[in-house]
Amino acid sequence: MDKLTKEDVHPKIIEALLGADSNITVEDALENEMILNMGPQHPATHGVLRLLLRLDGETIIACVPELGYLHRGYEKMAENMTYYEFIPHTDRLDYLAPLSNNVAWVLAVEKLAGIEVPPRAQYIRMMICELSRIASHLVAIGALAMDVGALTVLLWTFREREKILDIWDILCGARFTTTYTRIGGVANDIQPEALAKVKWFLDQFDNNLSECEQLLNRNKIFIDRLEDVGIVSAKDAVDLGLTGPTLRGSGVEYDLRRAAPYLFYNEMDFKVITYPEGDCLARYFVRVDECRESAKIVRQILSKIPQGEVRANSPKKVLPNKTEIYSKMEELIHDFMIVNFGINPPEGEIYSAIENPKGELGFYIVSKGEGHPWKCKIRSPSFVNCQGLPLMIKGHMVSDVVAIVGSIDPVMGEADK
Amino acid sequence: MEFKELLLQKIKDCLPGFEFTPAEYLGELTLSFNKKNIVKVCQLLKADPELSFNLCEDITAIDCARRTDRYTVVYHIFSMNNKFRLRLKCNVDEGDCSIDSVSSVWKTADWEERETYDMYGIHFNNHPDLRRMYMPEDFEYYPLRKDFPLMGIPGSFPLPKK
Repeated sequence: MDKLTKEDVHPKIIEALLGADSNITVEDALENEMILNMGPQHPATHGVLRLLLRLDGETIIACVPELGYLHRGYEKMAENMTYYEFIPHTDRLDYLAPLSNNVAWVLAVEKLAGIEVPPRAQYIRMMICELSRIASHLVAIGALAMDVGALTVLLWTFREREKILDIWDILCGARFTTTYTRIGGVANDIQPEALAKVKWFLDQFDNNLSECEQLLNRNKIFIDRLEDVGIVSAKDAVDLGLTGPTLRGSGVEYDLRRAAPYLFYNEMDFKVITYPEGDCLARYFVRVDECRESAKIVRQILSKIPQGEVRANSPKKVLPNKTEIYSKMEELIHDFMIVNFGINPPEGEIYSAIENPKGELGFYIVSKGEGHPWKCKIRSPSFVNCQGLPLMIKGHMVSDVVAIVGSIDPVMGEADK
Repeated sequence: MEFKELLLQKIKDCLPGFEFTPAEYLGELTLSFNKKNIVKVCQLLKADPELSFNLCEDITAIDCARRTDRYTVVYHIFSMNNKFRLRLKCNVDEGDCSIDSVSSVWKTADWEERETYDMYGIHFNNHPDLRRMYMPEDFEYYPLRKDFPLMGIPGSFPLPKK
């Protein structure tokens, strides 16, 4: 490996890392202190996250995260495309839970454009949100276990996740880039085979998750690596704006499904999981318990889901069915107008957020009455959660960095937008 | 509804002489005011035990493409106790492209203001570490400004020499 030189690190980053008082440089490691560059290409940082660590021996005394290696400019692109065209791009934000992002985007646009969505579509959306939460948490648990040395768990959680991806395959014909939701509903009604598969998945999921837990919960190595590592107090966590399991692992009971209910979450019976410790182990426990709660919600949805339409009947804003486009003039015109010029929501601005697996995913959209947004801001949970890294890492060993990054589970696709 | 009136009353009581314009759209309350008051208002909103806007969700800006007051800096804050979301807006002119930083009030603001600076070139006074967030440090443009082309500017992006 090449030695890190001064050209690789911008002077401003060095200043942030060292502070004004220090006189060490990148090239000469002094007797004790040195600078370690971790990432952006590193197997344990879950994507292209770059961390610059200032070490004293093996203890970290400062950490500066560097983002932007996956910056694709989605906010700029959103300003130049219609609301429909942006749905596929939301798949690429948090690529471990694409369906949640799809739902978040269409909920924001529907609020802006004032579209009423049929209840069956809303129930389907709620179900896919919860299933993708399970899928995302399974990756987080498996990857965290792998990062601290328990490789088997990764294979077992991925086996479970694979079953959810098979459901996506039936539901929308793709495993990752789903693009399933539409403004005013969903692309197609949920197939009976998909529903049967969801039922089958839920029946065996609890046992299989317990099996994974048995490998970890009393595993001395796993607990020693995570307990009392990366502690964030409840006050710091709120101040840093952490959301999702990272915040609830610090004992703050904040979940947008309860704090600002959307879809039909106020009719659902579930607990908001919190653990007071605030360390990596607490965040792991929050994720495992949330998987169970999500499974509970999906069971309730399966028993409550009503029959009916899955797309709103509002021809000027919602794409009509293909059969009608080919047989009726009026629908053909609307389809042409929506595809070419967009849905033109009234002038105004909204902020709409949902509880994604990683935390609060919000969209702030400003409309000037045109077919594309004037401004679209993505409030991504991973971006804000990464801001907690310097506080969590400080004072720990280099080997703990891997566990801490794994426990907040950032996805760089949405952190870098 | 009650909390909204309490909020507006409280601001009037605690900050005499402070001028602001409340607006409501689709159930979301927005307060617009002069940018010199931003830190004062945020401190009140966070510190007051009844209001307690303890979570700063998002900070961003809008390029309104106007002759005066070209940018609007937008803050979304949330009160966990009252389950209420509030939007604050301050206009920033292109000539004096700066606003006071609220990173002393909420630590979240640190990175969010850096991102806004990176994308719009709005300078946040008293920010502890105002660097670019996503773009390289020697990039000369601000990509989310409306005068930056969608296709980018050829040659503007410094590539590694090796």
